Amino acid sequence: MSGDSILSVDRLSMRFGGIIAVNDLTFSAERCKITALIGPNGAGKTTVFNCITGFYKPTSGTMRLAHDAGAQIQLERLNDFRISKLAKVARTFQNIRLFPGMTALENLMVAQHNALMRASGLTFLGLIGAPSWRSAEKRAIDLARLWLDRIGLIDRADDAAGNLPYGDQRRLEIARAMCTEPALLCLDEPAAGLNARESAGLSELLLSIRADHGASILLIEHDMSVVMEISDHVVVMDYGVKIAEGTPQDIRDDPKVIAAYLGADEEEAIAVMESGT
Amino acid sequence: MTAPAPGPTPLSRAPGIAFIFKKALISALVALVLFSLMIGIRTEAGPTGQLIYWTRFGDLAAMVATVFGGSIAVELLRQWWGPVGTVRIVPPAVQSTLAVARRAIAPVLLIFTFLVPVIFYDQRYILDLGILVLTYVMLGWGLNVVVGLAGLLDLGYVAFYAVGAYSYALLATNFGLSFWVCLPLAGILAALWGVMLGFPVLRLRGDYLAIVTLAFGEIIRLVIINWQSLTGGPNGVSGIPRPTLFGIPLTPGDDGLAARLGIEFSPTHRIVFLFYLILALALLTNWVTIRLRRLPIGRAWEALREDEVACRALGINITTTKLTAFATGAMFGGFAGAFFATRQGFISPESFTFQESALVLAIVVLGGMGSQLGVALAALTMIGGFELFRGLDQYRMLVFGVAMVVLMIWRPRGLIGHRAPTVFLRHSHAISSDLVKEGHG
Amino acid sequence: MDYFAQQLINGIVLGSIYGLIAIGYTMVYGIVGMINFAHGDIFMIGGFIALISFLILVSIGLTMVPVILLIVLLVSMAITALYGWTVERIAYRPLRHSFRLAPMLSAIGMSFVLSNYSQIAQGARVKPVPPIITGGYTLYEADGFVVRLSNVQIIVVVTTIVLLAIFTWLVARTRLGRDMRACEQDQTMAALLGVDVDRTISMTFVIGAALAAVAGMMYLLYYGLVDFFMGFVAGIKAFTAAVLGGIGSLPGAMLGGLAIGLIETMWSAYFSVEYKDVAAFSILIIVLIFMPTGLLGRPEVEKV
Repeated sequence: MSGDSILSVDRLSMRFGGIIAVNDLTFSAERCKITALIGPNGAGKTTVFNCITGFYKPTSGTMRLAHDAGAQIQLERLNDFRISKLAKVARTFQNIRLFPGMTALENLMVAQHNALMRASGLTFLGLIGAPSWRSAEKRAIDLARLWLDRIGLIDRADDAAGNLPYGDQRRLEIARAMCTEPALLCLDEPAAGLNARESAGLSELLLSIRADHGASILLIEHDMSVVMEISDHVVVMDYGVKIAEGTPQDIRDDPKVIAAYLGADEEEAIAVMESGT
Repeated sequence: MTAPAPGPTPLSRAPGIAFIFKKALISALVALVLFSLMIGIRTEAGPTGQLIYWTRFGDLAAMVATVFGGSIAVELLRQWWGPVGTVRIVPPAVQSTLAVARRAIAPVLLIFTFLVPVIFYDQRYILDLGILVLTYVMLGWGLNVVVGLAGLLDLGYVAFYAVGAYSYALLATNFGLSFWVCLPLAGILAALWGVMLGFPVLRLRGDYLAIVTLAFGEIIRLVIINWQSLTGGPNGVSGIPRPTLFGIPLTPGDDGLAARLGIEFSPTHRIVFLFYLILALALLTNWVTIRLRRLPIGRAWEALREDEVACRALGINITTTKLTAFATGAMFGGFAGAFFATRQGFISPESFTFQESALVLAIVVLGGMGSQLGVALAALTMIGGFELFRGLDQYRMLVFGVAMVVLMIWRPRGLIGHRAPTVFLRHSHAISSDLVKEGHG
Repeated sequence: MDYFAQQLINGIVLGSIYGLIAIGYTMVYGIVGMINFAHGDIFMIGGFIALISFLILVSIGLTMVPVILLIVLLVSMAITALYGWTVERIAYRPLRHSFRLAPMLSAIGMSFVLSNYSQIAQGARVKPVPPIITGGYTLYEADGFVVRLSNVQIIVVVTTIVLLAIFTWLVARTRLGRDMRACEQDQTMAALLGVDVDRTISMTFVIGAALAAVAGMMYLLYYGLVDFFMGFVAGIKAFTAAVLGGIGSLPGAMLGGLAIGLIETMWSAYFSVEYKDVAAFSILIIVLIFMPTGLLGRPEVEKV
């Protein structure tokens, strides 16, 4: 079980014209573990995400996803919706992208689109109201209900997603991603804008997702309390390159990482650390 | 609930008069300049081909005076109505009555529609108007799938209407196929054209999508006008057979329906038949749309409108989603077109101009995008209103244009200001239009 | 070859007219993000104003052609600019912060208003004028075919070039131009920095309308007629030109205009007159399939 990577990113590079956003990045995320991708703003973290989730086509490099059943999928060859549909990679967004004009429940139903399309016989069985469709729809609603309960929004299931408070919206987005039953869940700054209590709730939610659903999690985060508390493995980026990698403890004490965040150089950081502790 | 804004005090009213007067004066001056040449001078091609003109200063003065007076009236109205966003407290009794009324509108309207041929049996004019309104209701519901549900801005919907009409007309006159055979064919052909339209525009956003769909609409019209050997060009296709009740014609002869039923023949029979036919087609459109909304494809359309990027992240194939929206909307347009051809007995390219597309789009937007009832009400008001101006053709379009501007300023989100969710756990809460996205195409 | 040369000249002239109209579309789209459907009809109004001004000046006895042209140019620019200003004030400003479809439908409504206003005010029949500017130059003759460059054509192209130069200078160098560019980027921020956003947007419409008026006058000089419906067709083509060139891009609008003018002229010269519009629209569709933001358009990178 340990040492088994679900995602192996190998020499990933992304250029935009003259700007190299990601430069020769190699790391892997272990199955059923939480991997955090951290780094100062502009380090290229979201770009990496966009490559993994098919929104950008990487300039070079490979990303291999290994499913439980042994199937290996090269993510750089898929694009767009297929990454979610075939590779079972789900994601959330830095600026929440819910469907604001639809209710919380409807949001979770949209997430189950592909399964429901199959069950509705490409709509035709659904049009005639076939029993197989009806039971599939009921199952989908049950799954949605389960998640709404998990994130504590069962009472607001019929409210418009756009009307929900910010913290609830964040959790709803995660629940929606989980309704696609992914193998790898990619979260882009899930704790952004949350207060301490909400962050703690988020950590709890992510830990339970890892434990109960067998999903692997890859997250970008700035909130160090969340990162330190839940990550099994941390990858640090700065200016598009990986500068450190290891357990949260290793990273916390790494002078290179501190230097990157402080905007100072490594020697200064070491000096500060030695004088401080 | 905040307290309503205080009414104008006597003190604040006095400077208001000077302000209104000044505003009216400026408006009148602007009007004077604008109208000076266009209304003050009237040109015309003279008898020998050269240009002659005469002055109409009386008319000019009258128009400027109207603008002056109108400006004063508008300002007074605005002051009486209160600033935008003034909360008007509605007494609870009225509120509950309104709520009941709101829920009753749709069933009442439906029952009334069924009874129209019975109530107005002898008034051919009303029946014709009803058929016209129902045709536009169906077109509105069809376009609603594309624009209202999927958020794809289609300015060339008339193309599908034309494809449906010409399909039936040409198939019927050349191959003698009956209406009931041609109807699904017309729908299929229109849907195919919808898919063909969809492919090039998949990557286009918003206004680019609008102009390309408009271009498609114009291309269809130009091809119809110019491909004379196929479509008869500007002369159109005539002698299109009328529909039959599954083979039984509605004629005075012995094989006609009247003879078979043993009742006296009347030309009104055919009108009534056409009325119920379009009603059935429209209700079919409505039923399919409502059901599709509850199925994954319909939800995907609405999700596409809300946020395309999120849809991609959830594994939804945007390409097929957009194409099915176009195809479905086109199909209904095609059905409506086939009906139009059989009702008129004659079609020509003049019926399929951009103005029609604009009219149907206006109906959809005015109705409140995505709302079935809203679209129906909007069609009723617009087509009904249009008919009121029947005698004054030129002024009709002018008033229509003014109405569009005014309605957009007054109710930019349409008559029905909310969206009904398609699935709920406990209760269905209508979602205010403010939250519902318009779609980026 | 000579036939081709003549068509080339004709196409460039037609393209210049389309380009002038297209600039109005592209500027408005750049600053408020809406398609001004009424712009084509502003062009038509400009043509009518020019027509009527000509009539008046000729009938009061003016005979010097350059003087007449200048006065007509200024008068039609001024009055049409006022039309553009009024349309924006009445139909678009109240909807500025509204959803995208509302201003579009309002614009379509305004387009119907203008074209029908013109139809009612001046009658539905086409208005012909005798040629005001005559004469030209024979460029060369070959095989009995004469390639001519008429004075009208020279005037159209020269006017277009001069206006384009003035206008590019305006956008790049003056305060107004800077304000326009600021509003294009971020209206809220521009307002916070002291730019009068309302006035800047109004001026954009005004300038667009003035250019359309020039196009209307040029059209009148070149084709010798105006009618109330010319705005719709020319409007779609000019908007096609703006989109083709990349909407939001000024040189793109001119380029697109020239392209559409050339396509239309060449197609009707070598293939068929009836399908020339179909050719122009088809080119638009083909270009947009491969370059969704037009020839010179700024590629939109969607921020995820």
